[in-house]
Amino acid sequence: MIQDLVIYAAYIGYALAVLLTFGTVLTWVERKQAAVMSDRIGANRAYIRIPFTQYRMIWLGLFHGIADGLKMLLKEDWKPQSYDWYAYAVAPWVVFTPVLLVFAVIPFGGTLDPAKLFSDLPAVSAWFGDRTYPMQIARLDAGLLIVFAFGGMSIIGTMLAGWSSSNKFSMLGAVRAGSQMISYELIMGLTVLGLILIYGTVDLTGIVQQQSSTLLGFLPAWGVFHQPFAATLFLAAAIAENKRIPFDLPEAESELIAGFYTEYSAMKMGLFMFAEFIEIAIVAALFTTLFLGGYNLPFMTDAGFVFPGDHVVPMSHGAVVVTQMVVFLAKVLAIASFQILIRWSLPRFRYDQVLSFAWKFMLPLTLVNLTVTAVLAWSFHG
Amino acid sequence: MNTKPHQRKVYWNEPTMTWWERVYLFEILRGLGITGGVFLRNMWRWTTGRKGALTTYYPEETRADYAAGNRGKHILTQRPDGTPQCIACNMCATVCPAQVIEIDAAFDPDDPAHPKSPSRFEIDYSRCVFCGLCVEACPEDAIRMVKEVPELPSADREHMWLRMDELLTWNPQSDVAKPYPPKGGTVKTRGNA
Repeated sequence: MIQDLVIYAAYIGYALAVLLTFGTVLTWVERKQAAVMSDRIGANRAYIRIPFTQYRMIWLGLFHGIADGLKMLLKEDWKPQSYDWYAYAVAPWVVFTPVLLVFAVIPFGGTLDPAKLFSDLPAVSAWFGDRTYPMQIARLDAGLLIVFAFGGMSIIGTMLAGWSSSNKFSMLGAVRAGSQMISYELIMGLTVLGLILIYGTVDLTGIVQQQSSTLLGFLPAWGVFHQPFAATLFLAAAIAENKRIPFDLPEAESELIAGFYTEYSAMKMGLFMFAEFIEIAIVAALFTTLFLGGYNLPFMTDAGFVFPGDHVVPMSHGAVVVTQMVVFLAKVLAIASFQILIRWSLPRFRYDQVLSFAWKFMLPLTLVNLTVTAVLAWSFHG
Repeated sequence: MNTKPHQRKVYWNEPTMTWWERVYLFEILRGLGITGGVFLRNMWRWTTGRKGALTTYYPEETRADYAAGNRGKHILTQRPDGTPQCIACNMCATVCPAQVIEIDAAFDPDDPAHPKSPSRFEIDYSRCVFCGLCVEACPEDAIRMVKEVPELPSADREHMWLRMDELLTWNPQSDVAKPYPPKGGTVKTRGNA
């Protein structure tokens, strides 16, 4: 049992490190990508000077995230004289915590076999014995349902924030956030239903493992090739769920100052921003898991690459584990970058357009997609 | 009470969209293609050692393409011997709408042609409005504005004063306004020199 504790403590540490790093680095990616997209240079002034030397580590402005964090921590924590200080204080955490928790069920690698990994150290190897661990903090049968359960919790946080600030802008933002997030969560759920019909499970590890084979001999059997419409709709709904441009009506700064967190300052406001950036990574991780084969590369198995024509490139277990983790992170980063591309390309919708887009355009499309998938799945598998 | 749903007003110049544009998805993809293309082009330029941006690293870099008539900063013209052409008449300081020019005059009895000269000539760039009236007021063509901008960014207001050492750094090989200083010429003085 103590072995399990060690492994899962390592997993949790890894997950937290990845998420917090993504949250910080994505602020830099967002700035730099937006700058390069618009022929600019981007933030590059914050630096760390190595003590006792004149060497300044600028590193393409990578330390702006740290500077932002320090600024948020050191600013005055101004509070409004709200009539519900408890809800006001708790709201950022209600937004922030579920975002972190969602990652618990996402598989970020294949199966870890510590005995194989430490085969050079017989003592460690013997201590672990024949235990194997899927690289996922909690392998739950209800994985996908957990994702949606936690995703739904952040609505409560935004509503609490808007309600307890006793500010009309916050209130309007919260109402907008609530109706928008509920609408788009429905669509996210319905798009994923098609995948569940195909894979026959809501266990995320099972879904990823079924994506490791190939379709028609050359296409990787990723969800995006099974369900291209669902993939598009899921990504759009997930961006709307994350309240980012073009769906950033809850915080539309030209209309509502900062929406539901108008009255928040210092690190409380920072938590909202941080949650938003981590959710970019979470959305990307979910999309990777459901539609891009998770940690799978085409033709890659747990023993190495097996190309058609029986051309085998064997790899050690350690190399496979590292490759799978790196592949997962690379896919997540690519999707996060794509979300940032969308955020800096599209204009904001009008509010009635956001809701009619959800209910009159995306909902019928998802239902059609679901019906077609159900009919096809029934006719193929009986 | 009117219970009809709100009808949005139809304007005479209402944008008309084709079916292709109304579907929106294809237009989104086209837009993403444009922005993504610019991103990839600029990234390719950065990675191949060129500059993928239109902006400059001010103040480390200054733009080379200021307009010829740009009123960037003031300079004091010089006589061939390097002394300022300014006669400390204070006309620029008088006409200055922002009142940012401060001049202290010095007296030199040994040079009867130009007995007055500035011992201190300072301009406060934190308040200068760059109108160029000082240039028009000058009877001696002693103050001009060049297109380059001064190096102002600093944490200290005191550094936003330009003093004579910086104002006198303008030494062109040829002066388009007048053929001066003459090549190999001697210092011409009037009077009993």
